[in-house]
Amino acid sequence: MQLARVLGEVVSTMKDANLTGMKLLVVQPISPAGEPVGRSLVALDSVGAGVGENVFFVRGREAAFPFYPAEPPTDASIVGIVDRWDLD
Amino acid sequence: MQIGRVVGTVVATQKNRKLEGAKLLLVQPLTLDDQPKGLALLAIDSVGSGIGEKVLVVIEGKAAGDALGRKAAAVDAAIIGIIDSVEVTG
Repeated sequence: MQLARVLGEVVSTMKDANLTGMKLLVVQPISPAGEPVGRSLVALDSVGAGVGENVFFVRGREAAFPFYPAEPPTDASIVGIVDRWDLD
Repeated sequence: MQIGRVVGTVVATQKNRKLEGAKLLLVQPLTLDDQPKGLALLAIDSVGSGIGEKVLVVIEGKAAGDALGRKAAAVDAAIIGIIDSVEVTG
């Protein structure tokens, strides 16, 4: 999983039927210092996250698991809203 | 598997049901020379590791789910060992 910040929402009317009703969010991976790192991407939301929140997301085949028994075609899904993180 | 160092702990109240009770740690992947390499990732901990420890991480969904002991859990990385030492002689 990776830490990320939600930057925005994606609206898509014509999409795979298995994505119907699902929220698509633009997320920017961030470092433990809170700095943006790498490219932003679009992730499916499974926890009710919103713009400006820090979240973590899962990549790969497991990204579809939070929506079981639905099987949306996704390679990234937000699975948690981060309250805080503590570094050493 | 990759070698990394635990650099932080993460608190997330609202999360996927299958992640409830799981310990979430920030892990910085390391090279064999202990240099940080790439972006820190978030892994579930199944061996009781803590900040500062060098750990063994699987970065693959099936393995991570197995480590958590839950089927079809939305995880893609897990700490599956605390490293005592690494000896590279090749």
